[in-house]
Amino acid sequence: MRVAGIILFMALLAFAVLCSIAFGTADIPLDHVIDSFTRYSGTQEDLIIRTARVPRALIAAAVGASLAVAGALMQVITRNPIASPSTFGVNAGAAFFAVLGAGLLGLESMQAQTGMALAGAAVSGLIVFVLGSVGKDGMTPVKITLAGASMAAFFASVTQGYMLSSGKMFDQVLVWLVGSVAGRELDSLTAVLPYMGAGMLLALLLSRHLGVLSMGDDIASSLGQNTAWMKGAAALSVILLAGASVAAAGPVAFVGIIVPHIVRRIAGSDYRWIIPYCAVIGALLLVTADLGSRYIAMPKEVPVGVMTAVIGVPFFVYIARSGRVSR
Amino acid sequence: MSRYRSVRVSRPRMSFLVERRTIGILALLALLCAVLMVVSTGVGSLYLSPLEVIRSIAGKGAAAHEVIVNKLRLPRIVIAVLVGASLAVAGAILQGLVRNPLASPDVTGITEGASLGAVLFLFLLGDSVSVSWMPISAIAGAFAVTGLLYVLSWRGGVSPLRLVLIGTGLSAAFKSVSYMLIISGPLILSVKSLTFMTGSIYGVSWEKDVYALLPWVAVLLPLAWLQARHVNIQALGDEVAGSAGAQVQRGRLVLLLLSVALAGAAIAIGGAISFIGLMAPHMARRLVGSSFGGLLPASALIGGILLLAADLAARTAFPPLDIPAGVFTAAIGAPFFLYMLYRHRNS
Repeated sequence: MRVAGIILFMALLAFAVLCSIAFGTADIPLDHVIDSFTRYSGTQEDLIIRTARVPRALIAAAVGASLAVAGALMQVITRNPIASPSTFGVNAGAAFFAVLGAGLLGLESMQAQTGMALAGAAVSGLIVFVLGSVGKDGMTPVKITLAGASMAAFFASVTQGYMLSSGKMFDQVLVWLVGSVAGRELDSLTAVLPYMGAGMLLALLLSRHLGVLSMGDDIASSLGQNTAWMKGAAALSVILLAGASVAAAGPVAFVGIIVPHIVRRIAGSDYRWIIPYCAVIGALLLVTADLGSRYIAMPKEVPVGVMTAVIGVPFFVYIARSGRVSR
Repeated sequence: MSRYRSVRVSRPRMSFLVERRTIGILALLALLCAVLMVVSTGVGSLYLSPLEVIRSIAGKGAAAHEVIVNKLRLPRIVIAVLVGASLAVAGAILQGLVRNPLASPDVTGITEGASLGAVLFLFLLGDSVSVSWMPISAIAGAFAVTGLLYVLSWRGGVSPLRLVLIGTGLSAAFKSVSYMLIISGPLILSVKSLTFMTGSIYGVSWEKDVYALLPWVAVLLPLAWLQARHVNIQALGDEVAGSAGAQVQRGRLVLLLLSVALAGAAIAIGGAISFIGLMAPHMARRLVGSSFGGLLPASALIGGILLLAADLAARTAFPPLDIPAGVFTAAIGAPFFLYMLYRHRNS
């Protein structure tokens, strides 16, 4: 059942990627799309496909998968259904560091930018995690949510302030405030792919143990699990996945909230299935959202980060109202 | 003689306890605020001594100085105090309401709602309607997001936890819609909008800004003070407040509206200045305790002082750049917040 499900969603993802390559401000018939790979002839359509559409679709898929898995992991470690890289400030921290690296240190290369983004994700993630869990009642939903929201507000604020005072990078850097996969080159994907791959692999390796961890520290450690190591490894995976995503596409909001909640409905509570399902459905979501973002304000494009933020609100409301968050 | 003095007025109905010590502290804060106003007015590309500033305000200074002081610098100083005070009081009410010391207009989406209102105004009506209507749009945005927040968190009553969670979600969504407008628009509007979203009180004037904000503050601050007893009882929690005879949900709505109106008006003029609504009430609580009668005026004064100081830093730190004051409030505010979180780790 679950195998059939995941194959179905993979097929859907493949179809979505194909649509994402074919449709947009210039629609390209599907047979041309296939031709451009088999018989590349350098026409304008071929160029659009090779330099714009394909990188874009692949980046969207990779970022969607990474953020969804990162969200699922964060929800396990924090035991908070509203956890995700965007709500807890991890994305905003990564974006700020990337902007700062490009602006102050002159780090223009994609590799350096990725490094900065990873460092930013680590710094902000660590601050939120530590501060959200100090105190004798441990990590409470309100405490960590407020810590995350404040760090996100802080990093967004200083990013904006920095941009305003150094007017020269205004155009390029605005995208760092709201994620977008438009206009990226394939280089930005190849630079982050190793980190994403490592994070994803780590998540898959951990997935066997996450079910136990999700029952809480007490139960997990009485079952013989070294919870500190487990959480540390999961946090490392989150940082790799989220930092690499931000380096490739900027801070795309709420994918990490939306997808794990859908997945839990479909795949149950076994994390060996939840993690791969999250990856596939996360990719599907972002590719589809990106496709949709081209049609909302034709011929202009809405950054995909706006789409996911708006789609995410109903999920937020649903989770907050369902009473699954308790003190 | 008791440590406390109770204040009771039958019409309008209000009552609160004030520690005697509090009165002294309030006087001290007011003095500090006044001194900072005068000093800050004197600092700039042309330095004026505090005495010269006072003389100019009184109309007895050199003619050139009078223009600089009264026309150019003073509006900005007054706005800093008014905006800071309003944000601080809005935060103080919200913290009492949510019963969490870490709540503030920034994290509940009120700020982002007001920002989106202002940005929408700039992009849709900026050419056809006078910019003096922008505050209305910002306030409308703040109320719209609060209405949405209230409806969405209502489930046989509004719980503070739901308010915070849904607030963060709305906040992020509204913010990204603002960013979308900024990205798609012409550069000049983008810079204007982004400055607004960061919060800056650069280039304010008496007519356009001070006189626009003053009525709001003059009405809403006393009104908030009259509600002091309601805030005090809300802070006890739903069950206790209810059994003490309070209409919990109604009181919550009134207080929320007050807080939003104050924050909305302040943001309309000063932009989305962050973290003041969080910091000021905390500092006030350290000084005067958490009884709202004393907390409110203390928060207002501290909020004014904070924004004055942040704006002073913002316009003198990297001359000739005039950095948005919101960057500095965030730069002080975030570490402060982290410290607060650490301090309240057991509460």
